[in-house]
Amino acid sequence: MDNANIDREEKLSPVKLHATQYIVALIMFVLGVGLWRLQVLGGTNWRVLAEENRIRKVPVLAPRGRIFDREGRIIVDNYPSVTCYLVREQKNLDADLPQIANGLHLTVEQIQATIKHFQLTPKYQPIPLKQDITPDEQAFIEAHRNELPELETLDEQRRLYPRDGFAAHLIGYVGEVSENDLNQSRYAAYSPGDVVGKFGVEETYDEVLRGVDGSRDMIVNSHGKEVGVRGQELAQPGQDLRLTIDLDVQMAAEKALEGKIGAIVAMDPHTGEILAMASRPTFDPNQFSVRLSKAYWQSIMENPDHPMMNKTIQAQLAPGSTFKVIMTLAGLQENVAQDMHVECNGGASFYGHFFACDRHHGGVDIHNALPYSCDTFYYTLANKLGIDTIARYATSVGISQKTGIDLPDEAAGVMPSEQWKLKTQHDKWYAGETISVGIGQGAVEATPLQLARALGGIASGGVLRRPHVVFPSEITSDQLSAVQSTYPGSGDKTVPLTPENWQIITDDMANVTGPIGTAAAAHLEGVDFAGKTGTAQVMSHNALARSGGGHKTEPNAWFVGMAPRRNPDIVVAVLWEHGVWGNNSAKLAAQVITAYVNKQRTKAGNLQKIATKPEETTPAGTGGTAPGTPTGQ
Amino acid sequence: MVRARFRDFDWVLLGFVLMLSVISVFEIRSATAMTKFHGFQEKQIGFLLVGLLLMFAISLVDYHRLLDIAYWAYGVGVVSLIAVRLVGQKVLGGRRWINLGGGVHFQPSEWVKLILILVMARFFWERVGEGRTLRWGDIGKAFLLIGLPLFMVLKQPDLGTSLTYLPILVAGLFLGGIRWKHAAILVLSVVVVGGIGWSTGKLLKPYQRARVTAFINPDSDPKGSGYQIRQSLIAVGSGGVWGKGTNKGTQTQGDFLPIPYTDFIFAAFCEEHGFVGAIGVLLLYFLILVRLIQNAQTAADPPGTLIIMGVMAVILFQVAINIGMCVGLMPVTGIPLPLMSYGGSSIIFTFLSLGIVMNIRMRRFVN
Repeated sequence: MDNANIDREEKLSPVKLHATQYIVALIMFVLGVGLWRLQVLGGTNWRVLAEENRIRKVPVLAPRGRIFDREGRIIVDNYPSVTCYLVREQKNLDADLPQIANGLHLTVEQIQATIKHFQLTPKYQPIPLKQDITPDEQAFIEAHRNELPELETLDEQRRLYPRDGFAAHLIGYVGEVSENDLNQSRYAAYSPGDVVGKFGVEETYDEVLRGVDGSRDMIVNSHGKEVGVRGQELAQPGQDLRLTIDLDVQMAAEKALEGKIGAIVAMDPHTGEILAMASRPTFDPNQFSVRLSKAYWQSIMENPDHPMMNKTIQAQLAPGSTFKVIMTLAGLQENVAQDMHVECNGGASFYGHFFACDRHHGGVDIHNALPYSCDTFYYTLANKLGIDTIARYATSVGISQKTGIDLPDEAAGVMPSEQWKLKTQHDKWYAGETISVGIGQGAVEATPLQLARALGGIASGGVLRRPHVVFPSEITSDQLSAVQSTYPGSGDKTVPLTPENWQIITDDMANVTGPIGTAAAAHLEGVDFAGKTGTAQVMSHNALARSGGGHKTEPNAWFVGMAPRRNPDIVVAVLWEHGVWGNNSAKLAAQVITAYVNKQRTKAGNLQKIATKPEETTPAGTGGTAPGTPTGQ
Repeated sequence: MVRARFRDFDWVLLGFVLMLSVISVFEIRSATAMTKFHGFQEKQIGFLLVGLLLMFAISLVDYHRLLDIAYWAYGVGVVSLIAVRLVGQKVLGGRRWINLGGGVHFQPSEWVKLILILVMARFFWERVGEGRTLRWGDIGKAFLLIGLPLFMVLKQPDLGTSLTYLPILVAGLFLGGIRWKHAAILVLSVVVVGGIGWSTGKLLKPYQRARVTAFINPDSDPKGSGYQIRQSLIAVGSGGVWGKGTNKGTQTQGDFLPIPYTDFIFAAFCEEHGFVGAIGVLLLYFLILVRLIQNAQTAADPPGTLIIMGVMAVILFQVAINIGMCVGLMPVTGIPLPLMSYGGSSIIFTFLSLGIVMNIRMRRFVN
């Protein structure tokens, strides 16, 4: 048996057994090399990946700067709100969507659309699912922390704007930065989902207001659950802004415009500070703070009176007789108007055309032309001066030029001239067209702000200022020059005006609210209240006759008022669309000026309240003149 | 009659094995600390104690008796595999366990592995005893012998365990005297059949197929098995040279490394103990395997050698596949790392096999 055993053992090759040891060694060696590659050579690389696995950056949102009026009273504030975010690193989001949709009162399609909207952002960044969640939605998230680790909440500050669209156009609103915005260089540093100012002060001063978001580096496990904090960068809150607005004057302006369509802007001509700015119809910026409802957006867009338009700077309309102040400036500085005498018999003929005047004023010269607002006088003056001279003076006081106010989307208006007509209509200017320009009709177009600046500047001896809504001292000089270069305009300027001419013009304007003036009904006792009315036709007489009347065919009622008459402290421009008589707007201006004067007197400890005449508004739509009431033109 | 000599009990081998077992317990403890499986190290200790007991027990029985009943045991094994198919518990889409009640689960496929080693030893011993190299008929029969249980396990489905039957076959063929020519033909046909089976998708289930794809390109499946490979690479790689320290493996603790206490226990270990620790463990395995080969060389007779080599082949195969998987050299296959992965069946099988090795070694001196 032993022999057989020995034979059998030899059949089982010892060589092979020996060789197996080498095979084992080889395999071990290969594994060792694998380990070497990973751990020794690539160690740092993998460590970085390990970190990335588990660090998540959560933004700590910076509260936006608040907005105050000139006396530090709050206009725009922030309120705390909770937003629900979705973390997209989880492996099977889709399965959870129905549950999430249910708990957050959304539809699965809405959530999917949101995910799609953010598909270009890095996957480790959470995306906002729903803003301003209610307490029960918050409770839902808390209760399901374990099954739905992909939901996170973030406390944010949301914008709280005044109700009822108070100062809405001035302030603007905030919203998510759009794809178009992101392509602009101005928004190069912004990312999708960032809240940015749109419109108004929020837009112009966005960089100042927004602050710098911080972040928290959270350590998470593979289920996305936070297990520690590694570090954080504190958020820098945005800078608060103080506007030049006076809330008391603003309230008066808003109240005056109630129920009407139009705009009121009040300015301090010494500095250009805007004291009030209101436009109607208005919109509610609070609607934009949270996700805007489609219904609300549509109602705004389809409103034919354009609630989103800031009419103080965007409404370009024929100024009507307010333009006569500029005509007077031109006439006096050209030494033409001083000795002009005109016999007004209800109009005059020029170039084969009869141009009507509202009344028979009789003998008119430079001292009563403005208070009477006699068209005949100004037709004649326009004819004498010629369009290019008129255009020169008008542009020098800012007609057809942006004022350079620090708000977006300002309109420039139009000042016709020979060159202008050639350029825009490729036609020659006819002398007959100059005539209607003389009374602020024809091709002339101006915004309320331009008129406020022009007339206020003239009353200030020819010193015009750049209007602005934020005190330059609130921001750095770099920011200031950035704003000014973003919104260029005629800015600060001085136009030549002799002291004599200055006196004539300002006295004339004061007489407008006097007994012979077109705004006598707006007279304010004890206040040196000056100004000029304007009744701007919106249609030609022929078209009017054909149209058959109606509210929208009524002329626009303008009034630019100031107090006192020389070097005024406040100038107010009122546009009341289809308000019919400039006189009506004069009363609105008077309300604003009253509020202002009362306030100044209160501050000075001297409150002699102004006695105003009882309200006597010529109703819009009557079209004719009531006997005894001075007609406003 | 061979007399058992207890002083020939391979204490050195046992020493290496226990070292690995201790490392395993600590590693399981750390890997499960932050998960719902914490405390599994205690169960592992339990398995180890039972394993040790069984190891001592089986070393008492003369292995020749085991060889005598090898073919009967084979029959029992096949029956148990059928039983699993019929009454097995459905877990994770497969039937691999039989619930014996009282929280005891029985995984026949591991048991069958041991039987197959014995069967293979006996089969090839009979051929070697006839003093010739293997003929095609022998090869065919060997394939059938191993193949039947292999396919049954494959269909459970349990690709990983079924694959561990292959090294038994290979060891047997290699030592049984297969001719180079036959070997070459075999290898070629395996490649061809495998290739056809792969491209027609018939051979592997979709998820198994996905695993292989993910292995070739982990980024193609970042959420599935690509994820597992990737996380393993991150865990192993970020351990660097010295590791992050016990219980400080961020990937493991953060639950990024999937199943860190079984399949990826080595990755968890690498994260904590770095290259240095990894090489240490590799060294332990190397020593164990070499020791096994030495025991095979000094075995009293060919069947003894064959048995030990079968055991060695299985252990080598599992170590290579599992560690290879952790470092990205192999696809994810669900094969546990012997002596380190948590799991009763694996421990029991390993210790039983080692018991048989002791068994053989103790009886190596024929008298």
